[in-house]
Amino acid sequence: MKPRVGIPRALLYYNYYPMWKEFFERLGAEIVLSELTNKKILDDGVNCSVDDACLPIKLFHGHVIDLKDRVDFLFIPRLISVQRSEYICPKFCGLPDMVVSLVNDLPTVIDVTVNMRNNNSSLRKAVLDAGRYITGDVVRIYSAYKSSLQKLHEFQRKMEEGLTPLEAMHGGKPSSFKEGIKIGLIGHPYNIYDNYASMDIIRKIRGRGIGIITQDMIRESEIDRIAKTFPKAMFWSFGKKIMAASEYLIDEKKVEGIIYMVAFGCGLDALVGDLVERRVRKKGVPFCLITIDEHTGEAGIDTRVEAFLDMLEWRNASKCW
Amino acid sequence: MLVTFPHMGSAYVTLKALLEDLGVDVLVPPPCTKRTLELGTKYAPELACLPLKINIGNYIESLEKGADTIVMAGGCGPCRFGYYAEVQREILKDLGYRFEMVVLERPQGNVRDFIDRISLLTGGKSIFRVISAIKRATGVSIEMDNLERLGWEVRPREIKKGSASSLMKSFHSEVHGVKGTREINSLIRDYRRRMEQVETADEDILKIGIVGEIYTVIEPFVSIGIAEKLGDLGVEVDKSITLSYWIVNHLIKEALHMHDKREIEEAAKPYLKNFVGGHGQESIANTVIYKKKCYDGVIQLLPFTCMPEIVAQSILPRVSHDHDIPAMTLVLDEMTGEAGYLTRLEAFVDLIKRKKEMARDHEKKLLSRG
Ligand code: SF4
Ligand code: SF4
Repeated sequence: MKPRVGIPRALLYYNYYPMWKEFFERLGAEIVLSELTNKKILDDGVNCSVDDACLPIKLFHGHVIDLKDRVDFLFIPRLISVQRSEYICPKFCGLPDMVVSLVNDLPTVIDVTVNMRNNNSSLRKAVLDAGRYITGDVVRIYSAYKSSLQKLHEFQRKMEEGLTPLEAMHGGKPSSFKEGIKIGLIGHPYNIYDNYASMDIIRKIRGRGIGIITQDMIRESEIDRIAKTFPKAMFWSFGKKIMAASEYLIDEKKVEGIIYMVAFGCGLDALVGDLVERRVRKKGVPFCLITIDEHTGEAGIDTRVEAFLDMLEWRNASKCW
Repeated sequence: MLVTFPHMGSAYVTLKALLEDLGVDVLVPPPCTKRTLELGTKYAPELACLPLKINIGNYIESLEKGADTIVMAGGCGPCRFGYYAEVQREILKDLGYRFEMVVLERPQGNVRDFIDRISLLTGGKSIFRVISAIKRATGVSIEMDNLERLGWEVRPREIKKGSASSLMKSFHSEVHGVKGTREINSLIRDYRRRMEQVETADEDILKIGIVGEIYTVIEPFVSIGIAEKLGDLGVEVDKSITLSYWIVNHLIKEALHMHDKREIEEAAKPYLKNFVGGHGQESIANTVIYKKKCYDGVIQLLPFTCMPEIVAQSILPRVSHDHDIPAMTLVLDEMTGEAGYLTRLEAFVDLIKRKKEMARDHEKKLLSRG
């Protein structure tokens, strides 16, 4: 029987899933995903985590609980840094340790460490370490890694064409209909793309014929170009992307307004959100900060988003007079 | 130029000494009060961590008093501290304050850059003078920490209640009248002698180790004076993180690539295999180490939403269980009320007292059966 590797649909699932899937499948494993985020996953996560943890970390624990009894391995990499001189978040540095402490009766956890802060060789080692849980065949691991990298690049290219991660994973097509106005939707990927956590915000915005551009739809080279102009290097990879994206979207006049979705209790968003808001407002672009947490009511968010979109449409219409 | 800096417990003593030795005019920020916190809460992002907010309050109070230059430490992640200065500068600028902000950090780990920035602050003093002043100031931080530590030992044992606290209080008022490392050091030593002379009873005493985020561990205003409160409840405390620890390990040894984290890493390893920013890994390691040193309990302090300490908080119950050492986490924010807080401290002290008595009874029974 094929070994079953469980991947929680949370946190960096939205950034790396196609790569992880290709890798483990090439090694002969079967991928098992947790359910899409739902009420039970949320409740389980909230119950087992510490109160003050951010929503995404709570959700991750919920996804682990959903998966753990159905798999032989749980893939919980320790992603310290995926780019030179940068980090993701302190909580990612200790993610497997938190899970192991808080959730009982876990299957074997594949907790390889990726730390590319000082050099890239750590990735190679992480890949090898991860592969060894499934097979001893090093050549096979490397070739699986190569083709998984290719999948990752394809995936990223599709997002740059305007697809959300879920659309890119499921072979969606870039929307061809002419949208009236566009807005920038920025935030940690696991906040904006998890339809349950985000209260389905993407569908709701598009449903009004308004297009969205997220930070992941902007070319890496543009992000890097803008990030270089910050007074101090932004050492959080997602913080950098979010800050640079908001600047890019405004300066290049790509959007009419910006919605920044943050998770309650997120340490990064608390600071990055403040910096972004100050910059965006100074440039006179409408800005809306939406905070989500386990108690957020969908109605409240809908009202705020709708009011914001109404305002944008109204502004846009009055421009054409 | 009138230089100020954030307030963090007794850290001002060391900073004042350093800057004065370098001939810089210093404005020591007024101690943290309710107003400091209110100013911070009003102008800082709502979900920023508490130290950032209090810093903002400190700056505003110092700028009101005429300071024009702010010295702040920096960093390069992963926790928020490394971006404090950027956010704080934006907030103050948008409020219309005029000031210069000097961020002491080592971008890309460059020591030279760090020393250059200090030298800039001093109007171009030679690098040797800067280095020797840093050395002397490090000495002050060590002396200061020793004085405080002595206070924590004396307080639960003193016969005349309030002696240690009143000595510390009078030290803090006198230190404003002296200048530079030499004078400050001799004042500290003087108080050390006086502290040693406080009459104490030789009691068998409970010991609690304090772990957690550096600001909440060091600044008594945010922890509602935890060390004194516990002292008054008859408990000797130790703080695992102190200013001199931070200076010696993070500033000096790390810069010279001499920081030996092996003891911390080894102790934390079964539970937390990696550095998580701030002092999260230390919190776990020191809990294990306190148990080895026969402490009766551990209290973890953290500001609401503190990222590294939330990782530690998630793991602490398991460490506490495995090593059989009671541990309690106190999350501090601007809403922390003194009454509820004291109740929790008292309940925790009761718990460890009972635990200790039970262990002793058990031992006695075993012996008498012997
Ligand atoms: S980046 Fe924010 S939301 Fe994500 S894990 Fe860290 S604190 Fe939580
Ligand atoms: S250690 Fe905690 S409180 Fe201190 S800066 Fe980092 S996140 Fe904020």
